[in-house]
Amino acid sequence: MKSIDLTTLTVTKAHEAMLAGDFTAVELAQAYLDQIAKLDGGAKGTGASAGIHAYLEVFTDTLDQARVADERFNQEKKGGLKTSLLNGIPCAVKDNILIQGHIASCASKMLEHYTATYDATAIKRLREHGVVFIGRTNMDEFAMGGSTENSAFGTTRNPHDLERVPGGTSGGSAAAIVGQMALISLGSDTGGSIRQPSSFCGVVGLKPTYGAVSRHGLTAAVSSLDQIGPITRTVADAEILFGAIRGKDVMDGTTIDATTYPEISKKSDGKLTVGIPRKFMQLGGISPEVTRVFAEAEERFRALGYNIVDIDLPNNQYALPVYYIINFAEVSSNLSRFDGVRYGFHADGKTGIEDYFETRAAGFGREARRRILLGTYVLSSGYYDAYYNRANALRRLITEDFISAFKKCDIIMTPTAPTPAFKIGEKISDPVAMYLEDIFTVTANLTGLPAMSIPAGVTSEAFAQKASATGARLPIGVQLTAPHGAEASLFHSGKAFLGEK
Amino acid sequence: MITDAEINKLATLSRIKLTPEETQSLIKEVGAILAYVDEIKKASIAEMPQEASVGAVKNITRADVAENSGVQEAILDEAPDREGDFIGVKKILG
Repeated sequence: MKSIDLTTLTVTKAHEAMLAGDFTAVELAQAYLDQIAKLDGGAKGTGASAGIHAYLEVFTDTLDQARVADERFNQEKKGGLKTSLLNGIPCAVKDNILIQGHIASCASKMLEHYTATYDATAIKRLREHGVVFIGRTNMDEFAMGGSTENSAFGTTRNPHDLERVPGGTSGGSAAAIVGQMALISLGSDTGGSIRQPSSFCGVVGLKPTYGAVSRHGLTAAVSSLDQIGPITRTVADAEILFGAIRGKDVMDGTTIDATTYPEISKKSDGKLTVGIPRKFMQLGGISPEVTRVFAEAEERFRALGYNIVDIDLPNNQYALPVYYIINFAEVSSNLSRFDGVRYGFHADGKTGIEDYFETRAAGFGREARRRILLGTYVLSSGYYDAYYNRANALRRLITEDFISAFKKCDIIMTPTAPTPAFKIGEKISDPVAMYLEDIFTVTANLTGLPAMSIPAGVTSEAFAQKASATGARLPIGVQLTAPHGAEASLFHSGKAFLGEK
Repeated sequence: MITDAEINKLATLSRIKLTPEETQSLIKEVGAILAYVDEIKKASIAEMPQEASVGAVKNITRADVAENSGVQEAILDEAPDREGDFIGVKKILG
């Protein structure tokens, strides 16, 4: 066996190598398992572990799955069916996506012992491709947070600097990729939960168009915002993974097909026009490090021959409060199903109704309880119009702003997050400060537009010396947003930007 | 500002038991968050939509037909209190 260089491995390279017999799927899976053993630290519940703690559980049947993939390669070599590019590729899965027979806890005490009774559609599709599921990754409880600190099972650490957060809520899935503890991973994105950790960890993360990927088997957080998407090292890998999971599904009525957005005569190759909402970016609170990397990214696109134009998104200043009102409202509705009766955690009271109060007090973490209360508030009869209805009206105006901006440009670029990865503990006691992390990402969820974070640079040497004991330079991403259904523009411009073939 | 009584009412509606300490910290946190989202009251909105929508996705319906999922046993096994083919709860009527 040739030694496997995980630092530069891609799906296509791994596929070719396995087909050529340079290494087997079992050896590839073992290489990632070795990385996990070396870097990921203690098992579940060891919040104080010194490791990265990207995984809540590593599956014991990983090598068995890889053996099946190897068998498929053998069949292909004997003239059998051609294997998928994803056959034998080790994939990490966020803990809110169901894999039959495995626990899916959403990093909550509420579902600590809940075993999935079926495969999510995304999982089912990847299984057909021969993907090897290596384990389930840590997250903020029920996908609420921006740092993975809201996990009931201990925070995940950023592999670039273990004192810092990996971002959230898909922090474990992003940390697994940069730590070379999986080749590809699945996350979910409600307000930036794929893109912000991708920025913090220096990887690629795509939030697809609303409805592009089935949510059947994804635990609902905010149903009008949630999407499953890929987190990978390269844009090409994100494209391959997205291609495998996308598509209409009878089990999710919100899924779309190629005819839903037929107007995609949008340019998706050649030199695209990049729109920048400069006024929106002057709102304040953006780290000078992010501003510098963003300016460099703009230059890089110019150097590629891309046209840069200024655009205006006049209602974007309301996007974050609008997002949180809708988030609270839908979270409080979606989490009402956890009653300690049908499945999940149960705490006993004296009566049936007391069981509910005890179960929900002990089963949900702090942020979940806070948002349930806030959602109950904004949906209550006296406030419904002032908050929920008004938020939906603004949501529509924000969407119209984006659609009209796309008359002037093919993609829109902003920073992914206003800061590089922050320190563990820095924002956890100030919910509003944590929410501000989502300022650039929530619009893609409110509008249903596809958006992707790509690594664009790192913090300066001076910043790194001051900010980190190890002097680690932290990754910073930029976010590209495209019209509905135009993921192709994101892949095209992302590859050009990163110099991928 | 939000009061103790309001927080306790929300907790009752949400079926969540709060400790007195948690009620106190929630008064502060919920107050700060509501002050932040109140920002939207400044926006001028010409027309209120009748329903929420995301992109071109529309509500769809399907026939309401019972099917066998094949996972009845597995689902029942997830219940904290299973009694045969039933899920156990405390007595409701005295």
